[in-house]
Amino acid sequence: MYIYDEYDRRIQGQRVTQFRAQMERYLDGQLEEAEFLPLRLQNGLYVQRLAPMLRICVPYGLMNSRQLRKMAHITRTYDKGYCHISTRQNIQLNWPQLEEVPDILEELLEVEMHCNQTSGNCIRNTTTDQFAGVATDELVDPRPYCELIRQWSTFHPEFAFLPRKFKIAVSATQEDRAAIRVHDIGLQIVRNDAGDLGFSVFVGGGLGRTPVIGSLINEFVPEQHLLTYLEAILRIYNQFGRRDNKFKARIKILVRAMTPEVFAEKVEQEWQHLRDGSATLTQAEIDRAHSYFTEPAYEPLDDAAAQAELDRLAGDNKAFSNWLKRNVRDHKKPGYAAVNLSLKPTGIAPGDITDRQLEIIADLADDFSFGEVRTTHEQNMVLADVRKSDLFDLWQKAKAAGFATPNIGTLTDIICCPGGDFCSLANAKSIPIAEAIQRQFEDLDYLYDLGDIDLNISGCMNACGHHHVGHIGILGVDKKGEEFYQVTLGGNSSNDASLGKVIGPSFTAEDMPSVVQKIIDVYVEQRTEEEPFIDTVNRLGIAPFKERVYAKAS
Amino acid sequence: MPKLVKDGAIVDNEWTLMAKPEGEASEASVPAGKVIVPLSVWLARKDALTARDDIGVWLDTDETADQLGEDARRLPLVAVHFPAFADGRAFTNARLLRERFGFTGELRAVGYFLAEQACYLRRCGVNAFDFGADREQHLQATVDALDDFTEYYQASVDQPLPLFRRRPS
Repeated sequence: MYIYDEYDRRIQGQRVTQFRAQMERYLDGQLEEAEFLPLRLQNGLYVQRLAPMLRICVPYGLMNSRQLRKMAHITRTYDKGYCHISTRQNIQLNWPQLEEVPDILEELLEVEMHCNQTSGNCIRNTTTDQFAGVATDELVDPRPYCELIRQWSTFHPEFAFLPRKFKIAVSATQEDRAAIRVHDIGLQIVRNDAGDLGFSVFVGGGLGRTPVIGSLINEFVPEQHLLTYLEAILRIYNQFGRRDNKFKARIKILVRAMTPEVFAEKVEQEWQHLRDGSATLTQAEIDRAHSYFTEPAYEPLDDAAAQAELDRLAGDNKAFSNWLKRNVRDHKKPGYAAVNLSLKPTGIAPGDITDRQLEIIADLADDFSFGEVRTTHEQNMVLADVRKSDLFDLWQKAKAAGFATPNIGTLTDIICCPGGDFCSLANAKSIPIAEAIQRQFEDLDYLYDLGDIDLNISGCMNACGHHHVGHIGILGVDKKGEEFYQVTLGGNSSNDASLGKVIGPSFTAEDMPSVVQKIIDVYVEQRTEEEPFIDTVNRLGIAPFKERVYAKAS
Repeated sequence: MPKLVKDGAIVDNEWTLMAKPEGEASEASVPAGKVIVPLSVWLARKDALTARDDIGVWLDTDETADQLGEDARRLPLVAVHFPAFADGRAFTNARLLRERFGFTGELRAVGYFLAEQACYLRRCGVNAFDFGADREQHLQATVDALDDFTEYYQASVDQPLPLFRRRPS
């Protein structure tokens, strides 16, 4: 993973000093609340319903065991002993003291972590596939490019006060696991006919109250032009994005108003001034970025032998077999596997993790996965480099610590925002809805029979829980002070990205488990053999589901 | 005399800022002395104003640097206006004036901005910070904040080479 040099250390250290001074000016009354707001947001510091919330950056989701142990220490010392993995792969503290935030930043700096630009109207943390570097289907490792973007976007002087927040995601696989078409900029790493590496650039995707699938504005930007091309896009957005209405300020609104074709032309014109300028990447810099993401010391392993032993153990142990099927993925190296640690046991807020669990994962990472771990946008964690021969041992330890729930990709692996229990924006609670649905679908055999289903819950239309792109999406809405839940079907965040359609009037919290049950019942009755849920929905449309859900009790 | 921060020091402000005219820009009367006129007045009265060497021009956030364009080169002062500190368009305008239109004179931030933004503004080419007579208490904080960062990742006006072209290999 990336390691700071003296320049990174100086820049990050100066940031901590700067924020401490800003905080002092605020506490002294020299900065008004409204003036401090964008400054603290650019340091990930929210003032929430019950307490401040601090969002700690995990660049493209990658952490080492030392950082995990520091996170454990911070959650214990400055918070209530747990933290939360967000859908942008970051980590959130729910109960820090405002005045202690500069101290937290200093502690984070010790392990090369920070809260830079995890909120506010600036370029946010760049995200990517949690299986980057180990996936069997990737063109190249996308993380070096994420790191180049991280450096370019960190404290960018021109783009710290954009019309709205700005999110970039990078994918290097055909099967998009980074949801690039629902980001402000989505970058698909491709090779052209000449074999050169570059980026297909999607712009103007996003969720929130106006969900849009991004438009392809350039099929191939050669890799050395990555940063100048991004700079051209951001400059057009900064100049012409709407600032009169915060709900119309995202780049998706600008792209739609201009049309993607005109927007692309404007970017092209701006880029002509910037291309080949000093921000053009050099081969030396691209190589330097790649040098931080070289393969760990994989051992030559006998895959067939390891697999045979796994099959034997799985044959004797149904629970282990379930876990292997749902939580373990193929790896590009023979004899290795990538392991999902589920943070979705029933009854725990999706993505929540305790200080002790963080330390256990740190130990597991050291023992089984070269000391590294990834956070995922589905709010789980991944040990990416586990020897197959260690899987049984790892499973037992993960199980004892509470994160071996074998539900990855299933209906109970719910993406869920913190909702009304924590967030001051939320219209409704989301965590108890997730829990009620998890309880409804507790029978594992039934859950596995249902196969892959994305169920996403957001507590408000800001869509932090990505409800628009859930196969089943649930949105909390407020009606005259009461909490209701609207249901969408048919959303999808991968290649054939699509937005769910609302099935009809909203439901009460108590209704939600049975509503989801009825939707699932229709699927089970109507599916063809092996047909995944999303395909059945796409084939049938929402009508039969709607009919069942709203049928009068007979 | 009112004060501002220029080139890192608190100094007298010798210029007055002319408000946007209510009526036709071509009819507006420009006072004598060092005056920073709105872009609309400059564009409408360019022929008359060019003869004076004590005229500057200010750009509002809904005006773009290319509207002033190469004219900037013959002006001693250009100002970028902040109607609100969170309106970041002035950052782009400043950078374009320096990097695309070759402006080398005094580039001044005017209006409602924060001392906390001084370092980024300087990196975008701003070298003078005028808070107005009623917010002069922020001048010293601005001088201090100019040095918030001494090293940067990206290319900018005060450091045209991005860090990756300066890091020893």
